[in-house]
Amino acid sequence: MGEIEIVLKDALAPGMTRLEGYRAHGGYRALEKAIAMGPKEVQDEVTRSGLRGRGGAGFPTGRKWSFLPNDGRERWLVCNADEGEPGTFKDRYIIEKKPFMLIEGITIAAFAVGAHNAAIYCRGEFLEGIELLEAAIAEARSAGLLGKNILGSGFDLDLWVYRGAGAYICGEESALLESLEGKRGMPRLKPPFPAVAGVYGLPTVVNNVETLATVVAIIEGGAEWYASMGTERSPGTRVFSISGQVRRPGNHEFELGTPLSELIAAAGGLGEGRTLKAVIPGGGSAPILTPDQSDLPMDFESLAKVGSMAGSGGVIVLDDTTCMVRTSLRLLQFFAHESCGKCTPCREGTEWLRKILVRVETGHGREEDLGLLEDVSNNINGNTLCALGDASVGVLLSTLRAFADEYRAHITGGGCPLAPVASMSAAAAGPA
Amino acid sequence: MTADFEAEARALRERYPRGTTALIPILHLWQGKEGYVSQEGIERTARVMELPPAYVESVLTFYTLFRREPTGRYRIQVCKNLSCMLQGADETIAHLARRLGIEPGETTPDGLVTLEAVECLAACDEAPAAQVNFRWCPRLTPEAADRLIDALAQGDAEVVRRYG
Ligand SMILES: Cc1cc2nc3c(=O)[nH]c(=O)nc-3n(C[C@H](O)[C@H](O)[C@H](O)COP(=O)(O)O)c2cc1C
Ligand code: FES
Repeated sequence: MGEIEIVLKDALAPGMTRLEGYRAHGGYRALEKAIAMGPKEVQDEVTRSGLRGRGGAGFPTGRKWSFLPNDGRERWLVCNADEGEPGTFKDRYIIEKKPFMLIEGITIAAFAVGAHNAAIYCRGEFLEGIELLEAAIAEARSAGLLGKNILGSGFDLDLWVYRGAGAYICGEESALLESLEGKRGMPRLKPPFPAVAGVYGLPTVVNNVETLATVVAIIEGGAEWYASMGTERSPGTRVFSISGQVRRPGNHEFELGTPLSELIAAAGGLGEGRTLKAVIPGGGSAPILTPDQSDLPMDFESLAKVGSMAGSGGVIVLDDTTCMVRTSLRLLQFFAHESCGKCTPCREGTEWLRKILVRVETGHGREEDLGLLEDVSNNINGNTLCALGDASVGVLLSTLRAFADEYRAHITGGGCPLAPVASMSAAAAGPA
Repeated sequence: MTADFEAEARALRERYPRGTTALIPILHLWQGKEGYVSQEGIERTARVMELPPAYVESVLTFYTLFRREPTGRYRIQVCKNLSCMLQGADETIAHLARRLGIEPGETTPDGLVTLEAVECLAACDEAPAAQVNFRWCPRLTPEAADRLIDALAQGDAEVVRRYG
């Protein structure tokens, strides 16, 4: 177990954002190999590698591809580059440092599933990444690596970049597809799943940026090599975005199953004299871990077993100076803002949770507020069309449990024991 | 501008020919020219897309990057989400608001700057993360924010090239 660069390999090598530089570092060997193998073999290879989606849910990629119905309809591949999960910045890094690896991965995946149309849905803030991708696509097209008859294989692929316009919910795959169709980005009722009725009602595979980039490495190195890393149920490596109260925040690629403490060490550890208070291990939606769990293996099953989740791979480190009520409040402000409003429990519940947390943090909390927070959370959990509802209460419920005393101290002591109320500006508190 | 818009919007419709997919790109196109999407922007977009203006407005208002009001020449977006908050984003935002004399969401009376406090920008390793006109502006501490505003106000050549 340890730090290994596969997706991030040569990310900082000069010329990597140009086709020539990418090829000089082995780029496009995997596509040539894939074409020689044929679609079915490529799909089998990805299935045997055990690759699990890096977008959040960890769904096996080969299995997802196999769900496309064989009914003769046109198929689409959509790359999810909406990256909005708090604490996650790996997809942006891949796009900006290795745009061709993403494009090569999309080409291989589209070849494997028989899609002749693909789109990269980028969040609107990724303007610089979008410009890089557009330039890279143009270069790939002139080199015969996209467009008609790719590398003489007879396979055609048209690839668009699409710029979103600011909405976290558009990272949820069915909302993303609505947005890609030019609509308000609200999640669809499932089933039907995108494999059956995706963009324009056509069979669609939606995969995350890192998932698709990883496909390149799997085809190049082979399924056995890839599965020899990581754990049995979480094979391979994953890019972790490590941020918060560490000395050198950044992206680090580790074998899945590497202990959390190694990730924190790779990010430079905590500040001088600080001690660990909590870690959010999989983006702002993931329930917290406490210091006694710092040796927990960072893989899908270990995190699920302790009631958290691997999620987006965003690891947010919190030290002893940080208030847990303030942490929950900040995330609830986010979820209340980003709730699309379609489901009542999420739309109303996140807003009430936010209001109650403002009250507690600013010293106006009431005795019954802790029970109320729990009760409202439980009424959101499991009662919404998409996973944003559950996501919104992950940190809140886990901190209510692990830091009950700290919440209580806010109520009995009339405010935050860690940061004077004055330090929370009106803008930070938001409307009461 | 109007003639350009029509031609470029039609090109976008050809690029994204299916359904109403071209709608969001065309709204980006208008906002890129005007800085925000006015009623005229809605109506012209509706005409190119052959959609009712009310439908265009319903889509427009779903997305936070589209602004409905005149916007400064430099749109500064500072992240306020958790990882940035832990690195002092609240102080940066409060400092900018004080210095510019506006609240987040507002524009300075001279039309130079619009300040916005936004959600995670996927740049948490560069906290406090920010963008100016959608170009990265990493580690925007209060001191860095002062230098940025000075440079914008003076029309510093490098800053204009980067964020212009
Ligand atoms: C509220 C919400 C936000 C999401 N945001 C993202 C995102 O920004 N990027 C992403 O790849 N997946 C995101 N997902 C997960 C997607 O719905 C989907 O599972 C994923 O893109 C599938 O790709 P994968 O199989 O390669 O992981 C989000 C899910 C939810 C419920
Ligand atoms: S929390 Fe600020 S960029 Fe992610």
